[in-house]
Amino acid sequence: MKIRIKFAKYGVMKFIGHLDVMRFFQKAIRRADIDIRFSEGFSPHPVMSFAAPLGVGMESMGEYLDIEVNSMTSAEGMKNALNREMTEGIFVLSVSVLPDTAKNAMASVAAAKYQIFADWAFLESGVDPETETAAASGFSIEEAREKLAAFYAGEHMMVMKKTKKGERELDLKPGIFSLDIQEVPDPFQDDAERYPAITMLVDASSSGNIKPSMVFEAFCGACGAVPAPYSYRIIRIDTLMNLAKEGEAPAFVPLDYCREPDSSAPGRPEEELPGEVS
Amino acid sequence: MRKLALPDEILMQVEKPARYIGNEINAVMKDKSSVDIRFCMCFPDIYEIGMSHLGIQILYSMFNSWEDVWCERVYSPWTDLDKILRTKQIPLFALESQEPVKSMDFLGITLQYEMCYTNILQILDLSQIPLSAADRDEKDPIVIGGGPCSYNPEPIADFFDLFYIGEGETQYRRLLDLYKENREAGGSRMDFLKAAVSLPGIYAPLFYEEEYYPDGTVKGRKKLYEKAPDTILKEIVMDVSDTYYPVKPVVPFIQITQDRAVLELQRGCIRGCRFCQACQLYRPVRERDVEILKKYAAEMLRNTGYDEISLSSLSSSDYSGLDELLEFLLRECKKKHINISLPSLRIDAFSLDVMSKVQDVKKSSLTFAPEAGSQRLRDVINKGLTREDILHGAALAFEGGWTRVKLYFMLGLPTETEEDILGIGELSNEIAAVFFDTVPKEKRVNGRVQIVTSTSFFIPKPFTPFQWARMCTKEEFIEKAYQTKRGIMAQLNQKSIKYNWHEADVSVLEGVLARGDRKLAKVIAKAYEKGCLFDSWSECFHNDIWMDAFAACGVDPDFYTTRERGEDEVFPWDFLDCGVTKEFLLREWKKAMTQTVSPNCRKQCQGCGANRFGGGVCFESKEHICDEN
Repeated sequence: MKIRIKFAKYGVMKFIGHLDVMRFFQKAIRRADIDIRFSEGFSPHPVMSFAAPLGVGMESMGEYLDIEVNSMTSAEGMKNALNREMTEGIFVLSVSVLPDTAKNAMASVAAAKYQIFADWAFLESGVDPETETAAASGFSIEEAREKLAAFYAGEHMMVMKKTKKGERELDLKPGIFSLDIQEVPDPFQDDAERYPAITMLVDASSSGNIKPSMVFEAFCGACGAVPAPYSYRIIRIDTLMNLAKEGEAPAFVPLDYCREPDSSAPGRPEEELPGEVS
Repeated sequence: MRKLALPDEILMQVEKPARYIGNEINAVMKDKSSVDIRFCMCFPDIYEIGMSHLGIQILYSMFNSWEDVWCERVYSPWTDLDKILRTKQIPLFALESQEPVKSMDFLGITLQYEMCYTNILQILDLSQIPLSAADRDEKDPIVIGGGPCSYNPEPIADFFDLFYIGEGETQYRRLLDLYKENREAGGSRMDFLKAAVSLPGIYAPLFYEEEYYPDGTVKGRKKLYEKAPDTILKEIVMDVSDTYYPVKPVVPFIQITQDRAVLELQRGCIRGCRFCQACQLYRPVRERDVEILKKYAAEMLRNTGYDEISLSSLSSSDYSGLDELLEFLLRECKKKHINISLPSLRIDAFSLDVMSKVQDVKKSSLTFAPEAGSQRLRDVINKGLTREDILHGAALAFEGGWTRVKLYFMLGLPTETEEDILGIGELSNEIAAVFFDTVPKEKRVNGRVQIVTSTSFFIPKPFTPFQWARMCTKEEFIEKAYQTKRGIMAQLNQKSIKYNWHEADVSVLEGVLARGDRKLAKVIAKAYEKGCLFDSWSECFHNDIWMDAFAACGVDPDFYTTRERGEDEVFPWDFLDCGVTKEFLLREWKKAMTQTVSPNCRKQCQGCGANRFGGGVCFESKEHICDEN
């Protein structure tokens, strides 16, 4: 049976790299006594694959991992068993049973939604890289919203991307499906506050993955501001696949969208639906 | 949410931030207001090394099983974070609470190897605790050392308030109770130290002064507190089945050096190799009940989720329940796809059968540790392994499909001659020849055999029969390595033999620190001050700085190494008693000089003195007697 596990990673766990999260889950699955399937061969390993690696330093409400099991009681039971084996900063949001025909998580990934919580003061205290003096003036959230809209309205969004061979120019624009500032709650805080966050839906497929930090830095550059390193938080809100057929407008849904009807897993909360399904 | 000691921008710029955040599975969090004693346990090397150490896991689980104590961990910050902590004046912190080490009641430092001594100073320095115990005041934690190097604590005695000599399970509860009583009674730090030395196994260096003869050797010790004991006998757990065991060890996020569940079979070793310190320190051999070990194995795997378990002990083949334990583990682990990592076993039909079940024969290698190239020298060091054992074991292994053999030797052993050194190449060659004789051409998997011969340099250690021995100079060591290399190159099968050897200068320094006295404290402090840190890491080791430090302090390192010590010389560690008498060690030293072997503990008692503990192998019923060597 194919199982898709959706989990959140935040706080101190953001310093744990992708491979270590994988090893963490391997152990958690053993501790939770989940009847995971092992590969054949001399050194069998648990059948397990992740959707999209999350960079160190980033938090997420929408990480996915696929496993195969020989048997299970219920999706809800597995979710609870796993959550008993988690540590602060990581928890399982849902467990769903996939149809046997489902593509694996990694191959399914098409896009990801991010929110960036910046210390807006950076826009005021930012340093102009050319003159190395304080940037001309700060601006309000409203001004930032306008600037972001103008930035996104441009035909191209050229950035320099560092590669193994050096630098090459890259146009981010075709990979950005939406970009604006929204008032949102901090998913990892229990307060009722809403905070302004740069919210973006970008390509996360293996061929065209866009790092949210590149978009953010390009925007800051366009504003003449340089944020202090690590002065902003990036949260991946969800990882999405595209239900549209070739040639149709994209229809992004979270990776746990398809689910056995009789699965006992709770439905995905409505407000988390990015609403990109047209 | 737990608040970290380091801000994001620091954690994001250091290598492997997971070393510094705690939060691991089975890490113990307590409410600090509900405990009386905060204990910070330190392994003075990086996280990946320190977390691999079983001893700390044992003490961590013991301390935290007590309601009134919260034990946390700290490891050496790697050089990248070290610089940042210094520049920004951020005090070193414990992983669990992320609070400064300085705010704890105790800082316990395990002393596993001499080359960590500058790292101890780093831990103290970054914690903002005065390096010298004499400079500490009421606010500072009690700094207590333990582990194998505490059997000659004198070179680092200035940096410690206390040393715990022996196994931690026995006296810590009483020590902590004394601490609480003293605090409640409004006693001072000095009052506590005075009370502490009334306990067995506890040594407070500041109550003694080392006195020297004009030639620099130790004359004796002057007591500065009349109730301080003259000698301190090591502490030891006699019933190792009924004691603390970390069945819920802390499971790291990042890969560590020994990334698996560890099952400690027994303590001590019956063999009595004359160069080996562990063998003498952990006498007498005490075995754990095999049924308890089976239970621990199951619990540990369930509590950690590890996919591998390893057996730990000196000379595991001598553990009397080994066959039963391995059969159990093979059965249980196979069902659950858990790997068994085998310790170095004596190569025979049984161990090869077990190994072929848990390892990929084509990929794994077999290890022999003859330690010396000739039978004569193996008799000197009392290494029971014979040429026939090795060649027979190798033949069995080659028949079983193995094609890689690792051989470990030591250079610079007492009485070593050129012949002994050439014997290393000859033995390596003979093993390769066994392969070609045993395995017919058409069955040779890769067509060839690979022998990896490694040599380390012999370092005389305290409490061994070789504590009187002269140690070679760096130049002598290098010449011996070249001789070994030439010897191997002259062999018929030299293309099948790969030779590795250790750095010589770091071995010489280890030799100085191992048998040193209190005069070395200023040298260690000077070397640290000049930037020495992580000396056990070849990329960090700077011999030239160390040599400058010796010169600046007017201390001659050769005094501690290249001098054969007289039978009546007083050693800096003579006031400690590891259970084995100096007379026994001297007898063994003399037997070594006449190439006389001593049978192992199960065959014939050698009267080492460890039977005074009233248990273990010394009192085993005779049914236990093994028939092999």
